[in-house]
Amino acid sequence: MLPLLALSSCRPNHWISFLFAITMMIATPVLAEQTASLEDLGKQLANAKLKKVAGVLNELEQHGGDKVLPLFQAMLAGNLYYVRADRALVILSQENSSNEENIVVTDALTTQNQLTYNKSVLKKVRVNNKLRGILRGKIAELTLSSSDPALRESAVNNLLQKPDEQSITLLRNARLIETSPDILEKIDLALMIATLDSSDHIEQLAAIESLQDSLEPVVRNRLQLLVEIDDKGNYLETNTSVIDAATSALKKIDGKLRFYGFIERVFFGLSLGSVLLLAAIGLSITFGVMGVINMAHGELIMLGAYTTYVIQQQFPNHLEISIFMAIPAAFIVCGLVGIAIERGVIQFLKGRPLETLLATFGISLILQQTVRTIFSPLNRQVSTPEWMAGALQINPSLAITYNRLYIIIFSLLVFFVLLMVMKKTALGLYVRAVSQNRDMAKALGIRSGLVDALTFGLGSGIAGIAGVALSQLTNVGPNLGQAYIIDSFMVVVFGGVGNLWGTLVAAFSLGIFSKFMEPVTGTVLAQICVLVFIVLFIQKRPRGLFPQRGRAAES
Amino acid sequence: MIGTDIQSGLSRLGIWQSMLASKGGNIFLILLLAGTAFAAVGNLLVPPESAMHVDTYTITLLGKYLSFALLAMAVDVVWGYCGILSLGHGAFFALGGYGMGMYLMRQIGDRGVYGNPDLPDFMVFLNWSELPWFWQGFDQFWFAFIMILFVPGFLAFVFGWLAFRSRVTGVYLSIMTQALTYALMLAFFRNEMGFGGNNGLTDFKELLGFDLQADSTRVGLLVCTALTLAIAYLVSQFILSSKAGRVIQAIRDSESRVRFVGYKTENYKIWLFVYSAVLAALAGALYVPQVGIINPGEFSPLNSIEIVVWVAVGGRGLLYGAILGALLVNFAKTQFTGILPEAWLFALGALFVVVTVFLPKGVVGLLSMFARLKKKPEDPDTQSGAGSDGTANSTQGVAT
Repeated sequence: MLPLLALSSCRPNHWISFLFAITMMIATPVLAEQTASLEDLGKQLANAKLKKVAGVLNELEQHGGDKVLPLFQAMLAGNLYYVRADRALVILSQENSSNEENIVVTDALTTQNQLTYNKSVLKKVRVNNKLRGILRGKIAELTLSSSDPALRESAVNNLLQKPDEQSITLLRNARLIETSPDILEKIDLALMIATLDSSDHIEQLAAIESLQDSLEPVVRNRLQLLVEIDDKGNYLETNTSVIDAATSALKKIDGKLRFYGFIERVFFGLSLGSVLLLAAIGLSITFGVMGVINMAHGELIMLGAYTTYVIQQQFPNHLEISIFMAIPAAFIVCGLVGIAIERGVIQFLKGRPLETLLATFGISLILQQTVRTIFSPLNRQVSTPEWMAGALQINPSLAITYNRLYIIIFSLLVFFVLLMVMKKTALGLYVRAVSQNRDMAKALGIRSGLVDALTFGLGSGIAGIAGVALSQLTNVGPNLGQAYIIDSFMVVVFGGVGNLWGTLVAAFSLGIFSKFMEPVTGTVLAQICVLVFIVLFIQKRPRGLFPQRGRAAES
Repeated sequence: MIGTDIQSGLSRLGIWQSMLASKGGNIFLILLLAGTAFAAVGNLLVPPESAMHVDTYTITLLGKYLSFALLAMAVDVVWGYCGILSLGHGAFFALGGYGMGMYLMRQIGDRGVYGNPDLPDFMVFLNWSELPWFWQGFDQFWFAFIMILFVPGFLAFVFGWLAFRSRVTGVYLSIMTQALTYALMLAFFRNEMGFGGNNGLTDFKELLGFDLQADSTRVGLLVCTALTLAIAYLVSQFILSSKAGRVIQAIRDSESRVRFVGYKTENYKIWLFVYSAVLAALAGALYVPQVGIINPGEFSPLNSIEIVVWVAVGGRGLLYGAILGALLVNFAKTQFTGILPEAWLFALGALFVVVTVFLPKGVVGLLSMFARLKKKPEDPDTQSGAGSDGTANSTQGVAT
């Protein structure tokens, strides 16, 4: 610090630069002395007998402050070693503990230099239970006073789990100097939980009163302890008013938890629905509007996912934005493949839906095998950009992951763009005209072949976009598409062929339905139930939820 | 109508005539039985040094092909003759196979790895204490045999009853059948179902007291399969050339017209579907002892759709066409997967595309077209799809 201060007050005068030089001379030895003493303390720690270690730890804390935190944590975890020759403390890194020959360690005091040692030259720093207790306390203390709010918060969270006498004093002290309101709230919560154990019933009641709005799992566990029943069916707690208060607080908390559990399930359902929507929406164009059964649709989704992978490989330094490049790229790649399929095969099978189904299934096999040959049959890793990772923590029992949230939004965006294309553009008009009455449309001068190719390209391109989104959720492998093809057909059939809104409603309702089935029946049975449900539904309403009406419906 | 009335009044001799009416069918039957006899003799009586010897591997392979042929015929009965494209016949095949597998599992007795006389190995492994109710009785062959026919037939009946009565047709029906087999696959993959989960049923020892590894049993199974195929062929031929068969083909060409004439088309479709499912189940039951394993992979939608390709390659709408297709494609598959395993899916995919775009009537259609071209080159293709003709007529009628 001193050289910096000198620098800031430095002016182009000779005497000041002289002063600066002197300050430098004084300051440097001081710094050196401090690190040297830490190193010495480290050596002492390596040498000391177990009884004396506590004292060394105290000194280390006083001299080092934040700096010795990693050392303490490593010692607690049993990862602290010293080199036999020079007694330098090192921390074992977790990853390569199996390799006896070359053990990668970091210097315990600087935590920077990566060094490699043979295991035989290292010796573990011994710890016993008493020392572990001391270490825990010191770590809590250090982290609570740390300058990093995230560290402080995690320290409070740790103390929240099992508050004891020592940690309560620590928390009381921390409360006085804490500035962040979030952490203050946490500290208060921890203190309140500690009060639950108080012998004063009035304090206990007040604590229960104020805790009944908290959703922290630890609160629920502690309250549960209060109403615990022994073998004979009697309450362990003697005071009845405390038991009553705890029971009603528990009821309130459980009610809230159920509510948030419901919300979470709906969210998962929406998330699954958005995936179904993305997978099915391209199909609702090719199958629903054009009436072409494209069994290769799943493989077009897979191609979209692989396009994302290739783009990421091409721009490894721009992971954050590569996904925005992948969306148009996947649209173009899959759209072109789709147009090629339409021109190459499907146009010759017009009016023969069963043959179209078989031919496109053949194409799906070829596409799968092509990908397997080019990219290997193994799954490929598509990394998620930073801004999509993590979760939005709404309250302790409800977290919404960002990637699922974005994909819900994205799927709705794609849906509405597609809806606009179909309703408001010339292409959409032509598509609807051709699908309603091909001959009449031709008579009015619409080039039906071109419209067919473009529509199929549009549907396929959207499959590609779905692939980009799916690459963020699941493994990217050659079988990616197969998993979705039956589901997407179900969605389109359920929603009503030729109806985009039907597809939307069907996708979300099926998603939510299967997520609500899952806890009852398990994942696989839920899937089977959904299939059976749709098969039965089709019996009752063969044309789906929102059937097309009018003359176009019969053809 | 008059034609069908005469048909219904056929004498016993006439039935035999109708069963053996088609020339291609006769050739096929003779080839099938002669080939099987040749293979059987070649394996059992000809010494291994001789060039005429047929090794056991080939016998098993032939048996497998013939059970696939029976399966293909089952699909052809519904698809080629009634226009119901089932993408779920693999499910009936696998159910039949599981029925046989359960019987064979019970025959293992205490010779399993765990030596438990009452429970199959996988149940011991799962710590089950007693046999589930649906395994009861499978130690008796007669019961297992009835179940092999009944369970798939009943499933087909329920499915057909639901689907055909509410007039689910065409592509919708195909996707429904695919969903059916997909759902069954998911279900059978679960250990809790009690059918061996992922690994399925295997390690079979003997069938009706015959050692499954013995050459004579293998040959016996091949002969059984060939005979079943021949009988199934004759029965199918009989059904399809009877009055009901005419109605069924009329349904394929224009269902609504048949309905307007007064036939209950859904009943014909349901019973034909059940018959076809039973044939597929028989094929599965014959397949399992020959390959020695049945697992949920047999339910996969790809397997079912592959059957359809066999039929398409051979020529749908002709029973021996389907059989020929099954034999051709499976022979090609064996060859391909031996030489170039990666190329098989390419070849299969290309086969789908080529057959549907260029060979709508399959290999048999191609052959008969050549034959007809040789005979009278100016004759137009009178056999081409009556359905498309019908729709063309009706649109003309509307236009005029």
